[in-house]
Amino acid sequence: MPAEAPSRPPQKIAILTEPLKEKICALFPRYPSKRAVTLPALHMVHEHLRCVPIQAMAEIAELLEISPAEVHDTMSFYGFFPQAPIGDVRVWVCRSISCMLRGGDELLEHACKRLSIHPGETTPDGKITVEFAECLGICDHAPAALADDGRVYGPLDEAGVDAMLDELKKGRKDEAPHI
Amino acid sequence: MATFEPVLTRNWNVPDARTLKVYESRGGYQSARKALTTMDPDAVVNVVKDSELRGRGGAGFPCGLKWTFLPKDRKETLMCVNGDESEPATFNNRYLLERDPHMFLEGILISCFATRASTAYVYLRFEYINAYKIMEQAIEEARAAGHLGKNIYGTGFNLDVWLHRGAGAYICGEETGLIESLEGKRGWPRIKPPFPAIEGAFRKPTVVNNIETLCCVPHIIERGANWFKSIGTPKSYGPKLYTVSGHVEKQVCVELPLGVTTRQLIDDHAGGVWKGRKAKAAVPGGISMGLLSADELDVPLDFESLRKPGCLGLGTAAVTVIDDHTPIIDYLVNTARFFAHESCGQCTPCREGTGWMNKTIHRIKNGGGRIEDLDVMLHLANNLGIIPGTTICGLADGAAWPIKNAVAKFRGELEEYIRTHQTPGAGPTPLQLDIAAGRKVDLVTIGNAIAAPTAPPPAAALHSPGRPSA
Repeated sequence: MPAEAPSRPPQKIAILTEPLKEKICALFPRYPSKRAVTLPALHMVHEHLRCVPIQAMAEIAELLEISPAEVHDTMSFYGFFPQAPIGDVRVWVCRSISCMLRGGDELLEHACKRLSIHPGETTPDGKITVEFAECLGICDHAPAALADDGRVYGPLDEAGVDAMLDELKKGRKDEAPHI
Repeated sequence: MATFEPVLTRNWNVPDARTLKVYESRGGYQSARKALTTMDPDAVVNVVKDSELRGRGGAGFPCGLKWTFLPKDRKETLMCVNGDESEPATFNNRYLLERDPHMFLEGILISCFATRASTAYVYLRFEYINAYKIMEQAIEEARAAGHLGKNIYGTGFNLDVWLHRGAGAYICGEETGLIESLEGKRGWPRIKPPFPAIEGAFRKPTVVNNIETLCCVPHIIERGANWFKSIGTPKSYGPKLYTVSGHVEKQVCVELPLGVTTRQLIDDHAGGVWKGRKAKAAVPGGISMGLLSADELDVPLDFESLRKPGCLGLGTAAVTVIDDHTPIIDYLVNTARFFAHESCGQCTPCREGTGWMNKTIHRIKNGGGRIEDLDVMLHLANNLGIIPGTTICGLADGAAWPIKNAVAKFRGELEEYIRTHQTPGAGPTPLQLDIAAGRKVDLVTIGNAIAAPTAPPPAAALHSPGRPSA
């Protein structure tokens, strides 16, 4: 083989699987523009990988025929999509007015102290991510918390938070995405 | 009004009310059938216009009037349903979605028929995870039964309803922010005009309505505009879902005629203020709307009356009660933190202003407040938002109102708090005081004092500016 033969750069392995891509493309007929699928696509990737890494954004952009910067622009606006994987269960503890009045801030602190993490962080075993939230719309349960599989907790007290965290450690209650 | 018959909540306690079978057995989709098969779209618009149904999402804009703004010669209309209910303490739309999804779908169907929209996008906030699943199922059922899809009831009218999930941004509840978000962009509100009715989502004429507004529509078609106008107070007609939360015994969502008072809600429906305490204040309709003091609790909660005590409006009719053990500064800390977190950053007065308010209020809370801070904040609040005309959307007005109301109604308490909660070191520095007082500051001396290295940098500081390169 001649020494000057050009070496090909290593091929990146695609993050988005074919079924996932098909699922994203299946939404195109719903909207007049492909760009409108950005948020649904981000949600799907997030559900699948528990994060949206930068390469996934580039691959979404390719599907939607927009620039990766446009996907990043949208994605970064919401503060919902992390770029590194979060825990198996993500739990939001509400800190808005009704929950705050009934001790939501203290409960968030208590939950974080019990898991030895800060709000927004994941436990070292990768099981729970605790975040604060602005109004979750479950004020009838205030002070309340919401797990990202749809479980609603509240009205909470410190013992309730402990019980909630123990339950969440056992994993999600909804079925895993079929992709 | 002697007997008030609830309509929005009538199926809530019926078992399996969320299934199509039960909903149909209770007269469901009859209004839609009536509208589609016997009425002209314009006739539906006129009935809704005559009922003077006002938007339940916050601004209270007449719904029928909004529909007439659509251009007459339009080729295509889109419907966007605002299900991004993120105003703190509001959860009435969630109840509607979870407990009676088909009533909502019927409302969409009639409204889309009236406005000739063939696609409806329901923008649902991500946090409503269960509501999303319930709605998905309901849409599936309705489509299978022919209430959605092609050629509905053999009238040739087609309608597709799609759910679109948000991602936790408060600003996407603003109608043009919602449209931008739907289009796959950041949820930055647009400058109006053009209003969405002329140029909305994907540059097409778009109707944006709240979930509760649309849920009223089937009942108006069924019972007529006069029935609707027999409920409520002048200029605010119809039933309304009120939510009560915070310092009450029972946090509830109840359906009542528009115009009940906060006191009635607290005493008759929420079991009174918790722990036998007294109410110090109440938020009338989501925190953007301001604050009622204890002696203003008898003001009717409708679209008009709340202007009198200085509130912004009815908002989402989400009442939050604050008991007499809570300092008002805690309420301000919460609202300022919320708006500083949720400002989308598009307009500088809002982006910076909410941040300043948050910092100032936190400083007061932590013991570094000055009496003149209240006036500085008031000045800031008066120059923020669409009412003085410095921002694109109303988020900043929502941030300003709690401050305006709290300073006007609880100034004594706030001044007292500042005086009695002084922590050494939390206040402004001597330099800041000099600048604020307009005294001459010798920046050279200060700069030299800061820059003069007194000791070699610690070994760990690899990138210290003064460190000689090894």
